[in-house]
Amino acid sequence: MRDIVKKYPMGDEEAVVLRNVDLSIEKGEYLSVLGPSGSGKSTLMNIVGCLDKASSGEYILRGRLIEALDEAELAGIRGREVGFIFQNSQLLPKLDALKNVELPLLYAGVRPRKRTQMAKEILVKVGLEDRMHHYPNMLSGGQQQRVAIARALITNPTLLLADEPTGALDQATGQQIMGLFEELNNDGHTVIMITHDMNVARHAKRTVNIIDGMLTEGGVTG
Amino acid sequence: MSAMFHKIMGGVYMFTESVKMSISNIMHNRLRSFLTILGVLIGVTAVIALITTVSGVSTSLSDSFTSMGADTMTVSVTGNDMQSGLTAENMDEIAQFDEINGVIPGVSASVAVARGDAYESSVTLVGRNTYFFAENDAAVERGRAINPIDVRESSRVCLINQELVEEFFYGVDPIGQTLYIDDLHFTVVGIISEDIDESISEMISGSSAIIAPYTTVLKMNSELYVNSITVYLGELGRRDTDAMETKLGEYLDAVFSYEDDTYTISTLESIREIMDSMLSMMSALLSGIASISLVVGGIGIMNMMLTSVTERTMEIGMKKAIGAKPGQIQVQFLIEAFLLSMIGGVAGIILGIVLSAILCQVMGTQFTISYSAIALGVGFSAAVGILFGWSPARKASKLNPIDALRRM
Repeated sequence: MRDIVKKYPMGDEEAVVLRNVDLSIEKGEYLSVLGPSGSGKSTLMNIVGCLDKASSGEYILRGRLIEALDEAELAGIRGREVGFIFQNSQLLPKLDALKNVELPLLYAGVRPRKRTQMAKEILVKVGLEDRMHHYPNMLSGGQQQRVAIARALITNPTLLLADEPTGALDQATGQQIMGLFEELNNDGHTVIMITHDMNVARHAKRTVNIIDGMLTEGGVTG
Repeated sequence: MSAMFHKIMGGVYMFTESVKMSISNIMHNRLRSFLTILGVLIGVTAVIALITTVSGVSTSLSDSFTSMGADTMTVSVTGNDMQSGLTAENMDEIAQFDEINGVIPGVSASVAVARGDAYESSVTLVGRNTYFFAENDAAVERGRAINPIDVRESSRVCLINQELVEEFFYGVDPIGQTLYIDDLHFTVVGIISEDIDESISEMISGSSAIIAPYTTVLKMNSELYVNSITVYLGELGRRDTDAMETKLGEYLDAVFSYEDDTYTISTLESIREIMDSMLSMMSALLSGIASISLVVGGIGIMNMMLTSVTERTMEIGMKKAIGAKPGQIQVQFLIEAFLLSMIGGVAGIILGIVLSAILCQVMGTQFTISYSAIALGVGFSAAVGILFGWSPARKASKLNPIDALRRM
């Protein structure tokens, strides 16, 4: 992953959520974005995750100018380059763990047998080899989040984007998930974590603070 | 090439997976899906039942027409001031046509019959000529038919049916016996067979019947002319009934000095055509009314799909976040609407066929499964699904993933 330069001066008359944000993230980094709610950190995440485009400014992800892409192309980028992990995992209740993990590959057009094989491997990696055919409501919060992480990992994305990944978990489970992120980062995955919790942010190797849409380097932690 | 192949195969996986997901969604909300389907189901049932039933009625009618003989023409004559009907000479001349086998006059009267103490006040007396017996060679069960001399002399001879035999000649051989018809002295010369008796009864709607020479009946009615004849077409005439009709018309025009409205020629074919067109008009009209409920069913599907899109906003957002393209989301919802409608359609076809089978049984008409009606039902429900699923599916595909996820 190369430079990400992200500027975001003034939308229109409406609230300016991000003010001239510059941020570059290197491949293999473990970055946390720390900020209180309403600070614009979710907006930043949406832009980084290619869910949204900036009103102005440039965002270059692996050499591609994101602002120039249309809806379908953005979807393709999200499918290939970004792995999302949401606060409350967002699994489809009607599919078992395996099928949930397979889902991104489906949209990418991968063969059914290969999908299943890849999903199994990833589930083993997140330590759920014995829960593959469980439905989300049969899994604990932590397990659900692991499935969500597996789903994010399956396309081997350039970056993992986690929005308050431990927000819905108790402390102990949260710690386990944090450990998993650390492991993934050690394996070479780029991880970006958005949180309002200083203690969570501390797990990352580098932290940036965001307040009222202004970004300041928080220095290297970890 | 391989990229193209990959894309196509991806589409296939996507499609099969979408179908599976749609089925699971439909099954998940069983009651709601059922209620939604109901509209289309009722609509398709109504259309199928109506079309099948009407076509059954139509088939039965044309069958009975064919059995009545499509090789005849009926001529009704009012005539003009000088000649208010057809004479025996006219009928002979018509019968001489190469295309015509023969002519039977239609003359009848309601008469009182008496013999000894027995008395019947209202019996149908039909006047026939010799050709009637040539055409219906099984008409006479016993005794003899009416012969040319009887016709020429207006003889008071008659044939009676089995019912009259039992009523007036119990234990006596009626042939050669005397019967008083409207106080006139008749000699019974024959007995009408059961078979022919039935068809005469049908025509004149009476259970007891007497056949006499038509000239005799005309005289009793104080009439000179025959007002209705049935023309039996020969092979030549059958080949081109239109030309036959024209030729017959030309002859009758000449007889009645080319005056208007002196006669009408009707063929069973023409009556059947009118009836067929009436039936198909009725069928189209009823189907039109029934298809209103299909539209209502479609609105039901649209409503459910819109609700479903709102309910599944988060799911849609998540799918978009993990790389689902707008088109893929749209296809997913379209397939769901399509399946809903098709389930209703197929159930409607089955129910419609069962219903029309019962209706045909009750009405005694012929039941045939109309494949065009089935095709129509399938086509209709597919169209309804796609048409009314389109806008909700589009709405789902247009959902902004952020807005969708923000509701977490």
